[in-house]
Amino acid sequence: MKTETQKTLMGYVAGLLFGLGLAVSGMTDPARVLGFLDVAGAWDPTLMFVLGGAVITNFIGYRLVLRRPHPLLGERFQLPTRTDLDGRLIGGAALFGIGWGLSGYCPGPAFASIAGVSAPLAAMLVAMVLGWFLARAIPARG
Amino acid sequence: MDMMASLQGLIGGILIGLSATWLMATLGRIAGISGILGTLITQRPRGDSAWRLAFLLGLISGPVVLLLVGGGGAGNVVADSGGMTGEVIGAPAGGVPLMLAAGLLVGLGTGLGSGCTSGHGVCGLARLSPRSLAATVTFLVAAIVTVFVVRHMIGGGA
Repeated sequence: MKTETQKTLMGYVAGLLFGLGLAVSGMTDPARVLGFLDVAGAWDPTLMFVLGGAVITNFIGYRLVLRRPHPLLGERFQLPTRTDLDGRLIGGAALFGIGWGLSGYCPGPAFASIAGVSAPLAAMLVAMVLGWFLARAIPARG
Repeated sequence: MDMMASLQGLIGGILIGLSATWLMATLGRIAGISGILGTLITQRPRGDSAWRLAFLLGLISGPVVLLLVGGGGAGNVVADSGGMTGEVIGAPAGGVPLMLAAGLLVGLGTGLGSGCTSGHGVCGLARLSPRSLAATVTFLVAAIVTVFVVRHMIGGGA
C-alpha cells in the first residue's frame, strides 16, 4: 500500500475513534454539555469524566509515542513550540467560550453531528467557517 | 450523580485520548478539530489535505456507527442506558439566529486562539503546554459564565 493511502487510512481511524468517543460519552448532545457548564443548575459532571479520561489517556500515549524519533508515517512530530501567553490566545479562547456556552457546541461535536443535520446546526457550522476566515483576516501583532 | 453517564463519559474520553495518541503516533499531528477542519477550509494545504478529509469523515461516521451498533434506531442509545438528556446526536440548543452568533464566536475564537476543546484541552493539556492550560481555563470560565448569564440572569434561551 502506498504511504499516502496509509496516511489517509490512519487519519480515518483517528477520526472514527474520536467520533465514537464523542458519541459514547454523550458529547454530541448539546444539552449534556450545557448541563456541565451550568454549575448553578442541575450540574452534570459527565464532561469532566470525558476530558479527564481523554487527557490522562493521551498524556500516557504521548509519553510513549514522543520518545520515538519520528511518527510511523511521517518525518517529524509537528508540535506547537510557543509557550508565551498573548491577547490573541486569551481573547480568542474567551470568545470561543462564549459561543460554546451559547450553543453547547465546540467544533468537534458540532461537526460530528452532521449526520443529524438541522437548520440550526447548519447555521452554526457555516458561521464557524466564516469565523475562521475572519480570524485569518485579523493580523497578529508584533 | 448519574453513574452510567459518568462511566460512558470516561469510556468515551479514553477513546478520544486514544484517537489523539494514534494521530500523533502515525502522522505526528495534533488532534485538534478546529485546526484540522479550519486549516483544510481556509488554506487548502496542498499534499496535506487527504488525511484531514479522512479524519473528518471518520469523525462524522463515529456517531453513525454507534447508532447502528446500538441497534435501537435513531437517537436513544444513551437515553436507554439511563442518561439524563438523551440522544446520540442531540438537538441544537437554539434556533438559527442563536446558532449563527454562537458559530461565529466559536470560529473566530478558536481561529484567534489557535485551538478548541480538543487541540488545547485534550492534546495541549496532555503535553503540559502553558498556552493550552491558559486557553482551556479561559474558555471553560467564559462558557460557564455565559451559561450562568443566559439561564439564571436572563432566564430564557438555552
